[in-house]
Amino acid sequence: MSIFLDEKTPVIIQGYTGKIGTFHAQEMIDYGTNVVGGVTPGKGGNTHLGLPVFNTVKEAVEATGAQASAVFVPPPFAADAIMEAAEAGIQFCVCVTDGIPTQDMMRVKRYMRSFMKDERMCLTGPNCAGTISPGKAMMGIMPGHIYIKGNVGLIGRSGTLGYEAASQLKARGIGISTSVGIGGDPINGSAFRDHLERFEQDPDTDLIVMIGEIGGPQEAAGAEYARDYMKKPVLAYIAGLTAPKGRTMGHAGAIVTTVGESAAEKVEILREAGVGIILRPSEFGTEVEAALARL
Amino acid sequence: MDIHEYQAKTLLAEYGMPIAQGGLAYSPEQAVYRAKEIGGDVWVVKAQIHSGARGKAGGVKVCTSEDGVLAAANDMLGKRMVTNQTGPNGKLVYRLYVEAGTAIDREIYLAFVLDRATERVMCVASSAGGIDIEETDPEDIIRIPVEPAIGMQDFQARQVAFALKLGSGQISEAVKAIKAAYRAFRDLDATMVEINPLVVTQAGHIVALDAKMGFDDNALFKHTNVSELRDKSQEDAREMNAADRGLSYVGLDGNIGCIINGAGLAMATMDMIKHVGGEPANFLDIGGGASPERVAKAFNLVLSDDSVDAILVNIFAGINRCDWVAEGVIQAMTKLDVKVPVIVRLSGTNVEKGRQILEDSDVKLMTAETLAEAAEKSVAAAKSNAAPKF
Repeated sequence: MSIFLDEKTPVIIQGYTGKIGTFHAQEMIDYGTNVVGGVTPGKGGNTHLGLPVFNTVKEAVEATGAQASAVFVPPPFAADAIMEAAEAGIQFCVCVTDGIPTQDMMRVKRYMRSFMKDERMCLTGPNCAGTISPGKAMMGIMPGHIYIKGNVGLIGRSGTLGYEAASQLKARGIGISTSVGIGGDPINGSAFRDHLERFEQDPDTDLIVMIGEIGGPQEAAGAEYARDYMKKPVLAYIAGLTAPKGRTMGHAGAIVTTVGESAAEKVEILREAGVGIILRPSEFGTEVEAALARL
Repeated sequence: MDIHEYQAKTLLAEYGMPIAQGGLAYSPEQAVYRAKEIGGDVWVVKAQIHSGARGKAGGVKVCTSEDGVLAAANDMLGKRMVTNQTGPNGKLVYRLYVEAGTAIDREIYLAFVLDRATERVMCVASSAGGIDIEETDPEDIIRIPVEPAIGMQDFQARQVAFALKLGSGQISEAVKAIKAAYRAFRDLDATMVEINPLVVTQAGHIVALDAKMGFDDNALFKHTNVSELRDKSQEDAREMNAADRGLSYVGLDGNIGCIINGAGLAMATMDMIKHVGGEPANFLDIGGGASPERVAKAFNLVLSDDSVDAILVNIFAGINRCDWVAEGVIQAMTKLDVKVPVIVRLSGTNVEKGRQILEDSDVKLMTAETLAEAAEKSVAAAKSNAAPKF
C-alpha cells in the first residue's frame, strides 16, 4: 500500500454530521475512499450518508475496524477529538480544523507521547488540506482530480500551494505516490522529518518534494534527516521570501521570530544539506521533471 | 492579540507578580492626581502603546516633581509615537501609566515563550536585563523548557533564580515572580510574557518594572477577561478591517496588490512577483473558498492602499470551481470602480471555463495562465501605471 492509506483503509469522519464534515465525507466517498462511518457525540445509532454514526471513536473502531480518521470538529473541541482518536487505536489521523489553540495542541502532543511508539497514532495537521494517494484514496479537502498516480512524494504545509505544485506536475504528466499535508499551525502533529522517513522506505516513491514556508524549525530538521539518512533525492521550495519579520502570514505558524526561520535562511540550510532547491514557485514542474530524468 | 503594559501588570499581579504602585491617566491633570495618590517624590510617566523600545522614543520619563509629571504627560498624550517596532506611522498615545519610581540595583530579563522546537513553553532569562534579548550572547541566556503535563516546578524556578546569580534573600521572591509569569502564560493562553526588566530594588526586593503580554487569538474565546482588553487604536486599521471580515492581510511597501486564496500560495505569489522584479503591496489570504463576497471585500481592501498600481488575483479553485470564482471576480469588479490594471490567474477545477468567462466579460482585466506569466504581467502593468499621482 501507499504510506498511509489505500482504497482498502477503513476511514471514519469525526464531526461527521456537521455541514463541513458531511460535504467532505461525500467528496471522499466519491473519490473512492473506504469511509466506513462517522462520529458525532449524541447522534450515535443514526445513519448518515448511508453509513453508521457513533457516539465515540472507540465504538466506531470496535464496530467498523476503522484505522484512519479525518477530523472536521470545530476548533474549541478539535484537540479533544484528536486525543479521542489516539486513545481509540486510530493509526492515522488527518485534522483539517484551522484555529485550534496552541496550548491545546501542546497537550495533544504530550498525550500522544504517552503511547508506545508502535501504538502511537500519526497525526497530520491541524490546519492541513489532507492526504491523498492518487487513484486510491483521499482524506481531507483537496480536489482529487488535480493529482495523478506516480512516483513523487509530496509533503507540504500549505493547501493551495500544494495544489499548485500538484497541478504543475500533472501538466507534465508527473504523478504522485502520496501527498501529505502537514498544516500551517505552529505545532504540527507530524513534521517533514517524519514523512521523509516514510517516503524513504516507500517502494512506490522515488523522489520527494518538500513545500515549506517561513517560521519554525521543521524544514531544518527535515534537511538534517535528508542529509544523514536518505538515499532518495529531495527537492524543496520555501515560501515567504518577501515576508517581514515578526508578522504572521496567514498561517498561524508562518511567522519569523528567531534565527533560521526566514525563507532565505531555510533555503541555505536545505542547500547545505544537499537538498535540491526549487527557487521559484513556477518551477515545480520543470525542476521535478529534470530531477526525475537524473534518476 | 497584544495588550498594554498596565493591563499586563494587572493580570500578572493577580498571579502574584510583584509590581510597583501605579495608576492610569487619560489627561495630564489625571496624571498629577495619580502621582499624588501614589505619594513619594519620584514617579515614572509611561506612554501606553503596543510597542517595546518606548524609552528611546521619549515614552518613558522619570519625574521628580508634580510639574514634571504634568509636563511629561502633556508632552506624550495625543502624540503618535514612533519606535523601531511601530513602523513609520507610529502609535497613538492616549493612555499613560504613572508609577512610583523604583530605586534599581540590578536589571534582569525574564520571559516565557512558545518554543516550537520542543513544542513546549520555554522560560528564557538573562542576568543582563533591559536589553534586546536577540542581541544578547546566547551563552548568557538561560532556557528551561516546561513539561506541559505538570507545569513549572519550584526546582525549575530555583534553577533560573540561581542561574541569574540572585542573592539568597531574593530567591524565594524570584521563584514567586517566575511562577506567576508561567501560570499567567498557561492559564490565559498567552503566546508571550516578557518582563524586561525584572529588577532587584536597592531595598533588595524583586519588582516587574515593565511587562508585555501577547495572546493566542485562537484561544481568546476562553478568556473574556483578556479579549475585552483589546485596544483597536493600536492596531493597523486596514489589517483590523480585514481580520473582522475573515481575511488575513499584512501591508507591505510595494505597489502590486495581491488577492490570493491560501496563505502558502499567497506567499509564493509574492515571491514570484519579487523574482520578476516587482514588489508586493500586501499579503492577502482570502481563505480557501474564494466566494464572490470575499473577492469583493478583498478588492475593497487592496484598493484602499494608495500605493497600489496593479492588482494580481491568483485563485486556485478546488472544490469551488473556476467558473464560479470568475463570476465572483466579475461581479466584484463591476460594482467597484477599479482604476488600476487587474491581472487574474485562475487554476484548478474548470479552469478553461473560468478563463472563458473572464475573457468574454466587459470588465477590463488581463488573464494569465501560469504563475510566472501572472507575475510578469503584473509587474509590467504596475510599471506602466505608476505615473505620478496627484
